[in-house]
Amino acid sequence: MQWETVIGLEIHAQLATNSKIFSAASTAYGAAPNTQACAVDLGLPGTLPVLNEQAVRHALMFGLAVGADIAPYSVFARKNYFYPDLPKGYQISQFDLPIVGLGKLDINVDGVTKTIGVTRAHLEEDAGKSLHEDYHGMTGVDLNRAGTPLLEIVSEPDMRSAAEAVAYVKMVHTLVQYLGICDGNMQEGSFRCDVNVSIRPMGQEAYGTRAEIKNLNSFRFIEKAIAHEVERQIDVIESGQSVVQETRLYDADKDETRSMRSKEEANDYRYFPDPDLLPVEISSALLEQMRDKLPELPAAKKQRFQQQYGLSDYDAEVLTAQRALADYYEDSVSRVANEEKLVANWVMGDLSAGLNREGLDITDCPVSAERLAGLVLRISDQTISGKIAKRVFELMWGSIDSADTIIDREGLKQISDSGELEKMIDQLMADNMSQVEQFREGKTKVMGFFVGQLMKQTQGKANPQELNKLLQAKLKK
Amino acid sequence: MYNQSLKQLSTGLRNKAFSSVELSHYFLQRIKRFDGDLNSVITLNEEAALQSAAQADKSISMGEAGLLTGIPLLHKDIFCTEGLRTSCGSKMLDNFIAPYNATAVEKLAQAGAVMLGKTNMDEFAMGSSNETSFYGGVKNPWNLQTVPGGSSGGSAAAVAARLAPLASGTDTGGSIRQPAAFCGITGIKPTYGRVSRYGMIAFASSLDQGGAMAKSAEDAAIMLQSMSGFDEKDSTSVDRPVDDLLAHLDRPIKGLTIGLPKEFFSDDLDAGIAEKIEQAIDAIKSAGATIKEISLPNINLSVPAYYVVAPAECSANLSRFDGVRFGYRCEEPKDLEDLYKRSRGEGFGDEVKRRIMIGAYVLSAGYYDAYYKKAQQVRRLIQQDFARAFKDVDIIASATAPSVAFAAGEKKDDPVSMYLSDIFTIGVNLAGLPGMSVPCGFVDDKPVGLQLIGNYFEEARLLNVAHQYQQLTDWHLRVPAGYEQE
Repeated sequence: MQWETVIGLEIHAQLATNSKIFSAASTAYGAAPNTQACAVDLGLPGTLPVLNEQAVRHALMFGLAVGADIAPYSVFARKNYFYPDLPKGYQISQFDLPIVGLGKLDINVDGVTKTIGVTRAHLEEDAGKSLHEDYHGMTGVDLNRAGTPLLEIVSEPDMRSAAEAVAYVKMVHTLVQYLGICDGNMQEGSFRCDVNVSIRPMGQEAYGTRAEIKNLNSFRFIEKAIAHEVERQIDVIESGQSVVQETRLYDADKDETRSMRSKEEANDYRYFPDPDLLPVEISSALLEQMRDKLPELPAAKKQRFQQQYGLSDYDAEVLTAQRALADYYEDSVSRVANEEKLVANWVMGDLSAGLNREGLDITDCPVSAERLAGLVLRISDQTISGKIAKRVFELMWGSIDSADTIIDREGLKQISDSGELEKMIDQLMADNMSQVEQFREGKTKVMGFFVGQLMKQTQGKANPQELNKLLQAKLKK
Repeated sequence: MYNQSLKQLSTGLRNKAFSSVELSHYFLQRIKRFDGDLNSVITLNEEAALQSAAQADKSISMGEAGLLTGIPLLHKDIFCTEGLRTSCGSKMLDNFIAPYNATAVEKLAQAGAVMLGKTNMDEFAMGSSNETSFYGGVKNPWNLQTVPGGSSGGSAAAVAARLAPLASGTDTGGSIRQPAAFCGITGIKPTYGRVSRYGMIAFASSLDQGGAMAKSAEDAAIMLQSMSGFDEKDSTSVDRPVDDLLAHLDRPIKGLTIGLPKEFFSDDLDAGIAEKIEQAIDAIKSAGATIKEISLPNINLSVPAYYVVAPAECSANLSRFDGVRFGYRCEEPKDLEDLYKRSRGEGFGDEVKRRIMIGAYVLSAGYYDAYYKKAQQVRRLIQQDFARAFKDVDIIASATAPSVAFAAGEKKDDPVSMYLSDIFTIGVNLAGLPGMSVPCGFVDDKPVGLQLIGNYFEEARLLNVAHQYQQLTDWHLRVPAGYEQE
C-alpha cells in the first residue's frame, strides 16, 4: 500500500517584549529561579492581568505578514488545568476568537513552491518550568517563564512530507525574526513546535487519525520525529491495528516517540472568556499604520536579491534566510562596484564558516560589512589574489585593522609589475633549462612547475593571470 | 461619640476636641467590649492603627487634613492588606499575608483613614448570612439570634454596633446591600469598574465590586469618593473622572422620577416589608419626586443566570488555591494529586466547594452552551431591561431583601432558599449598575432596607436621593439596644 503523510503544525513563538504579557516583570532569559516572577505572575490573590500592548502589536505584525484576517474584536479565554508550574490554575489564552485568523505562507522544497495555510495565530501566556532533577524525589518550580508572551501559530494540515514540514517551520522561523517579534532561539525555547502527523492511503481524501508530537525544538528533531512517527503509524496499520489519537513525546536520545496521554485522558479545559480582561479591539487605522511599517519580507527580499544582484536562487535563499545576514550582505555589496557574486561568495563562504566555527551570530561578526567590502575591493582591483585574500581575512578576523592596513603591513600586495615578473621568469628558465626543453617538446604539464616555483619565490604574491600570460609567452618562444 | 457623623468627627479632629489616637483608641475599645458576641472583626490591627492615627494627628496639626484623615475604619477581609493577614474568611488563607495593599485600601490609607482591623465575611464572599466563615458566624446586633446577612456581614454588623464609623464591603450579588439592610445601615455598591478590584480577592470577576458601608449616605459618599477612580492595575476599571459625590448630596430631588418595578412588588414580598417600602417611597414623593411603575420583564431570570455565571468564574478564580505557593497545604502529601485534593478538600468549606463544582460543571464540554452561554444571553436581556427602564426613570426603588434578618441556621442547609434572599439585588450586579441600601424602618424590631438603583456612573444621583431621604427620616441614626453606651 502506498501511504501519504499529512502534517499540521503548532508553533509557539515567544514574543520579544521586555516585560511579560500580563505583568511588568522582565522576560530576560537565564535569571536565577523565581527572581523574575512578580505578584501577578505568582497568581497571588487579588492580583489582576493587564495586557502588554507590545505583544498585541507583535501578533498583528505576524498576521499582516502572512496576509491573514485580523480580528477587529478578539477575546482572551481561560484554559483551566492544574499543574504546579501554572500559578493561577488556568492559562490565559485565546480560544474561539483569536487575534489572527486565516492566512498563508509559501514554502519552497526542491525548487517547487507550495502554499501552506495558516489557520490562526493567538496570544497566550507561557507557564513556568518544573524541574524534576536535583530535588531528591521532589519537583522544583521556576516561575520566571510564567507569563512570557507566546504567539501560537497553527497551520492547516497542508504538508505532505517531513521536508515540507521543516521548510514551513524554517519559513516561520525566518519570518518572525524578520519581523523582530521573536528571537528565534530554539535552544532557549523561544521557538518550539508541536507536530500533528497522520497517514492515509494515497488518493484517499479523508484524513487518518493523528498523533500529536509535543515540544520539538530543533529542525533536525522535527524531521526525525516525523520520519519515525510515519513509520510507526504504517507499522500499526499494516499489522491490522489502528492509530489512536494521542499526544506523544519525541525522545531524541532513543530517536523514538512514545505515548504521553490518549484522547480519553485529555483534559476538559473548560475554556471561557477571561472576565479580568477586556476584549481586544483593533481599528483599521492601526492596521494601516502597522502595514506601512512592515519590513520587506523574506520572499520579496529573495526575489529582489536575484533581480538586483543577479544572484542564483540558492545564493539568494541563503543570504535572505536571516534578516541580519541579508542586511550585512547589502551593506557590504553597496561598497564595492560590480562584485555582487564575489561578495556573496565571501559572506556565504569564509565569513559564515568563521561564524559557525565560533558559534557567533552575524550580528556579532568580528569583521564588519565595511571591512569585508574593503577586502573584496582589493581582490577586485587585483591588489591581492583570492588566495592571499584568505590570509588577509584571517588576520582581519582577529584584529580591527582594515584589509589595506594588513596588506601593507604584511607586504602582501600582488606583484603585477611585468618587468619584475619577467626578470624572475628569465632567471628561473635559465636555472631549469631541462624543464624548458620538456615544455617545448609538448609536455605542457611542466607549466605547473614554473608557476609553483614562482609563487614560492613571491610567497604567493605574483598576480596569477599576469604570471601565466608572461610564462606562456616566454616558454613558447 | 459613636453616633457622630463623619463630618462631625472630622471637625472634632480639626478642632482638637479629640485626637485621632484617642478616636482610634475609643473604637478599638468598643470592638473589644462588644465584639465578643458579634464576631464581626477577625483581625485587629491595634498597634499599626495607633501608629497611623499618630501620623494622622501630625497631618491634622500641619493643616493637611482631608475629611478622612484620622478617621478609623474596618476593611472586609477580602481586601489585601500589606503585612496584615487577609483570610477571605477561609481556612485556605488563614496563614496568608499579602505583600501589597489592595488599591481601595491604599487609596483610603492615602486619604489618612486609620485601619482598625479586618471584618468577618462569608468564605470567599460566598453566602448571604455570614455563616460560611471559617472564623464562625457573625451575629446581628439588632437580634443576636439572627444573621447579619452576607457576605459583608462583619462590616455591616460592626458599623451597626458602631464599632467603627466606616467599613469597606464587596458586592457580587448583593453582599453589601443585603447585610446593610439586615443591619440597618447604609451601603453602596458603585457601578462595575468604578472601584478598582486590584487586591480584592476575586469571587466572580465580572460581578465583584467594592463599596462603602456607613451609618448614612453622607458618610458613605465621603468614603466612596476616596475609594473610586481608574486604576491601571485593573483592566476592568473605567477611566473616567469621579463625580464630586459630596457636592451633589444637597441637590433637591424635586422632579426626579422614581421607578418601581412591578416584578419586585409581587405577592412574594413580605407584607410588613412592603408597607415600609411604600412609606419610604411616600417620603421621597413628598420631597417632590414622581413615582412610576415600570417593568423588568426578565428580572425573574437573574437568580438562575447568576448561579451559573458566578460559580463558573469562581471555579477558575479559586484554582490558584492549590497548596503549592501560598495558603493552606495538607500534611504529608503522598503525591501531586494528593496535595491538590487534600489541600483543597481540607482548605475550602462546603459552600465554596459546592460553587466550584457547579462552576466546573457549567463550563464543561457539552454543557457550556446550555448553561454558561445561555446565562450570558440572559444577562444581556437583563441589562437591556434596565436600559429601557432608565429611559423613563432616574432611579429605581425596591426592597433590598425579600425578608428581614432570618434566624441563624434557618437556611444553612437549604442553599436554594438562601440564594433567593438575593433575589432583588442580583440583577444589579448582572447589569453592572450602581445600587445601594438605606434603612427605612423595622419589622418585628428588625431593620428593613430600601434599595435604590441608579444608571451607570450615577452614584452621585443615588447618594443624593438617599441623603435627601435621610434628611426626612432618622432610621439611619437608630442604634441597636445595648450598643448605646459610650
